[in-house]
This record gives sequence, structure tokens and C-alpha cells, in this order.
Amino acid sequence: MEVMETSTNSPCLAALTCVLGDLSQADGSASFTHGNTSVLAATYGPCEVRMSKEILDQATVEVVCKPRVGLPNCADKYRERHIRDLFQATILVNLHPRSSVMIVLQERQDDGGLLATSINAACLALLDAGVSMKFLVAAVTALIDKDGNINLVPEEKPSDVEASASLTIVFNEKDLQVMGVTSSGKFSQEQYDRSVSLCRKATEHVFKFYRESMERKLSKSV
Amino acid sequence: MRDVPISNCEREFLLAIIAEKKRVDGRQPTDLRQVKIQFGSNFGSCEVSFGKTRVLATVSSEVAAPKQRRPNEGILFVNVELSPMGHPSFEQGRQTEESVELNRLMERCLKESRCVDLESLCIVVGEKVWTVRVDVTVVNQDGNMLDCASIAAIAALAHFKRPDVTVKGQEITIHTSDERDPIPLSIHHMPLCVTFAFFHQGKFLLIDPQEREERVTEGKMVIGMNKHREICMLQVTGQMLLHQDKVKQCTKMAFVKVVEMTELIQEALANDKTARSKGEKCGFAMSSEKEINTTVSPAKLVEDVSKTDLPMSSDSDSGSEQEMVEAGPQERPVGDSPKVVGKGVAIIGSAAVKKWEEEEERVKGDKKGKKKKEASVKEASVKGQQSRPQASAYF
Repeated sequence: MEVMETSTNSPCLAALTCVLGDLSQADGSASFTHGNTSVLAATYGPCEVRMSKEILDQATVEVVCKPRVGLPNCADKYRERHIRDLFQATILVNLHPRSSVMIVLQERQDDGGLLATSINAACLALLDAGVSMKFLVAAVTALIDKDGNINLVPEEKPSDVEASASLTIVFNEKDLQVMGVTSSGKFSQEQYDRSVSLCRKATEHVFKFYRESMERKLSKSV
Repeated sequence: MRDVPISNCEREFLLAIIAEKKRVDGRQPTDLRQVKIQFGSNFGSCEVSFGKTRVLATVSSEVAAPKQRRPNEGILFVNVELSPMGHPSFEQGRQTEESVELNRLMERCLKESRCVDLESLCIVVGEKVWTVRVDVTVVNQDGNMLDCASIAAIAALAHFKRPDVTVKGQEITIHTSDERDPIPLSIHHMPLCVTFAFFHQGKFLLIDPQEREERVTEGKMVIGMNKHREICMLQVTGQMLLHQDKVKQCTKMAFVKVVEMTELIQEALANDKTARSKGEKCGFAMSSEKEINTTVSPAKLVEDVSKTDLPMSSDSDSGSEQEMVEAGPQERPVGDSPKVVGKGVAIIGSAAVKKWEEEEERVKGDKKGKKKKEASVKEASVKGQQSRPQASAYF
């Protein structure tokens, strides 16, 4: 709550929408939109793995990030690695030795917080495919501006203030502990702590949203 | 992942029903699937779906040096990619015969028909021109990728706007969208592809084959045409011989389809333009919301959008939960009791209301060439909802 008081205008999470099982070929798919950032995610597997990528006692998680325009660049490769490491730890890989779980992410629109949106889309696609996971994960990006105010991205109305740092924090659903942090820019320990507590509150809503969308998908429509 | 081949009995079944002029999805041989066009919030991004086939097209531009042989012309670059998302057999970063063919056909359709005025893309002769890049990504492959891709590419090109440029002596200024309104490309005509699949030694043909039908086809003919009846491209693949009358017949059919699709694109563009000028929300976020909320009246929808901010303060937690519900997919009007739709209403198993008679009537209507209905994008999406109301009930 102290987070709320320190910032002048209360930070809010932009609208979330998702469509599950949108693609017919993929085992699981989700098109996830957070504010104006939109990512399409598809998963295949657990299925046959290429010999070179085979791991004897666990499944290989492969992640492909497709940019909106042109060929994948360094940022996309970085995103790929980050998401792969995250889901290698999240999926129960030991259940499916010598197989592959593939996650393909297509950027459709980027208005900030692409990494967080990609992670959330991938998690929903895995959920749609019914891949066994230890827990669900959700990510939220926080921006710290020069005055030390913390805002969540993507915002409904992007402010003109330039941010001095951005933090993308991933939480698990089990105990809302931090799973991973990606940061850029300079920030203090105190600002970091405040961002974590703010993002934690925001991810609770994301988890609630996951549950809600899954319930809707599985509920009978009359 | 390796591709799973089609079984013999499935192949025989498909060929047998095609000989009876029937199709697995209940279409007539010359019917298209439902076509839907969506635009993103950025200029030049467009998603087109043909039934379950889905293609994403994005246009971007940058300043580069022109080709030496054509110093006063801009450059159009077309790239078609089969994303591993689209089909289990598509692999990342590998050129297959299929993708090369698709790339080549799209290039022929867009570049060699000279549909984009390249001379207007020149900034300084011999030094600087605009390079317009069209990236087409197949997101879901359920047959007939080419037709879908050609619509997506042309619609994206028509939607795209490049930054304005002024040249003063040696100085070139590229204006941001705040300084000056961006300029649309000048498109001379819209070449669109129509694919015909042939079966039983060219005796039977299908328009817009789906994935299963593509697998048992003997050969395909692609006609690229614009609404002025000009053939921009014609290609025959596969092991078959075609009689010249058949080619002429196909050209006539292609013309009808091309006119239909051009109208659809123009209507979608006009819809997007009016939405933008009114300052409504546009883009994929909005269009997917519309798709989900087809059962909600538009007035309510607008309300929903404004309400979906989630205040993070603890005192409004209960309120935000309610809003979360509204932001979720498959919105249904609350408190509305199910209505009796028609005479033949029934509920099967765990699925939703089945509108037998309505469905039949719709099919009959389609037979009579009621294709005009699909011209409106809004109506088309509503119709899509009607034809797959149960999809969400299965797991």
C-alpha cells in the first residue's frame, strides 16, 4: 500500500484479453493482448526431438520468437533465451524424457512490455495445450521514471515522461515468489523493492485472469 | 516434427466425395471459406483468415540506395515465411520447396504486376529511395496459403503509410507522423490469387482447397488477377494436363472471386479508416475483443473497454475482480435467459444450442450465390460466431 502513496497517479494494469485455442494446427495456442501489445503464442509437444537437441532424462524446451518485421535480431534471441530458461524450470520436464516442447511466439503489435506479454502468452498457450507444469508464471513490467515514480507497462495512456529504468519481473503462482528479473537502466535497492511489491500485486490479477479465461474455455456454453 | 501422411482410406473417401461434387466441410466446389480481414493499430499490419488458415502481413519502409539499373525507382521486397507456428512440419529457418514456391509466386503477383507505383518512392534519383518491405507470415496452415497471403499482402500495402519527406537542395528531411501526415502508397490495382485444385484427371475442380484436399490433389492452377480482368500471373503445378476450355472457365470463375475479394478489402479499409477518424480504438487488441464479444451489444462493449483498467488500490479489489470478468474472453450477456431460436432447436451432449434449420437455410442461401453477405466484415465475423458456437464447449 505504501507503493500507492508514493506515486502521484495510481499505477494501473492495462486491459487484458486472450483467445485460447485459436489456431487449429498447434497443440495449444493463445493470442494474448495486454493494453496495446499483442502476442500470438503456439505450442507443440511433447513430441519428437531432433537428435542434436535430445536430453536423456528430460524434455527439451525450444522457444522461437518471431519479430513483426524482418529477421530475428539480438533482442529477439535474448527474449528466446530468457523464456526458454524460464519454462525449462517451470514445465515438468522430467515427465517427458527425450522429447521436445516447442513454444512459438509471434509479435503482432508492440506498445511496451513485449517480454512480459510474451511470457504470459506462452504460459496461456502451455495451459491450453495441457502441458504439465509445476506452477503457472506471469510477468509484469514496471517503469521507474526520473522522479522515482513507478508505473506499470503497457499503460492505457502512455506518459511522455522518459523512464530511467525498466524491470520485468516474473512470479510463480504457488507462493508469488520472484522467478526472474530482467532490468535495464539504473535504480536503487529501495526502488527495486517497491517495484517487486507493485508487480506482485499486479500479477495476482494476471493469475486471476488466467483462471478466468480457462474457466470460460472449459465451461459449458448454454 | 515430421509430417503425418494422409491414410489411404481418407484419400479414397476425399476423392470419392469430390467426384460427387461434395466437400468435407459442406461447401460447394466453387465456394470460398469465410474470409476475415483485420488491421493492426500500426499502419500496414494486417491479418487475414480463410476459414482456419491465418496469415499475418506487415509492411515496413526504410531509406536505401536504389538499384543501379533503375535509379529513379523505389524497391519492393516481398518475403513469405512459414512460421513453425503454422504447421508441425514447418521448421524454423529452413527453406522448403513449398516456401520457395510461395515466395516466388507472391513476388510475381506483387512485383511483376507492378501494382505499387515505385517511381513515387524515389527521393533523390540514383541516391536515395524508399525500400518497402512486405513480411508475410503463415500463422496457421489449413490449406490455400497463397490466396490468403496475397490478400493479406495487398491489404497491408493499401493500409500502409510511409513518412513524408522534403528535399531542399542537398538536405533531406524525413518528417515524423506528428509533424506531417504520413503518405499512403499509390496502388495501381490489386492483384489477387485464386487457386484451383484439380482431381480425377482434371475432371473436377475445387476453389479454395483446404489442407486435406490439397494433399489429394493432382495439381493446382493459380490465377493472379485484378478486378479489371487483367491476368497478372498464371501458374500450373502438379502432374496433370488441362484443356484450354478449362483454363478459360477458371479465368471466368477467378474474376468473380477477385471482384468479391477486392470489395471485401476495400470495405475493410473503409471501416478501419472511419474507426480511426472517429478516434475509436483500432488494432488487433480491439478486433480480437470484438470477435470475443460478438454477443454483447456495441454500446456495452465500449463501456467494457473503458472499465477494464484495473486499479491497484486494495479498497477497489472487489470491483476490479468484476472488471476482470468482463475483460475475459467469450463474453455473454449476464442475466439473459436462453431464447428459443427456432423450431428445430436442440441440445446435443455437452454442446450448445444447435440451430438445425437455420443452418440449413444458411447453406441453401449460400448455394443461391448469396455470397454478398460476406462482403461486410462485421457481418462476416458474426456469421463466423454462428457457425462455430460450440467450439468453446469442447476440450
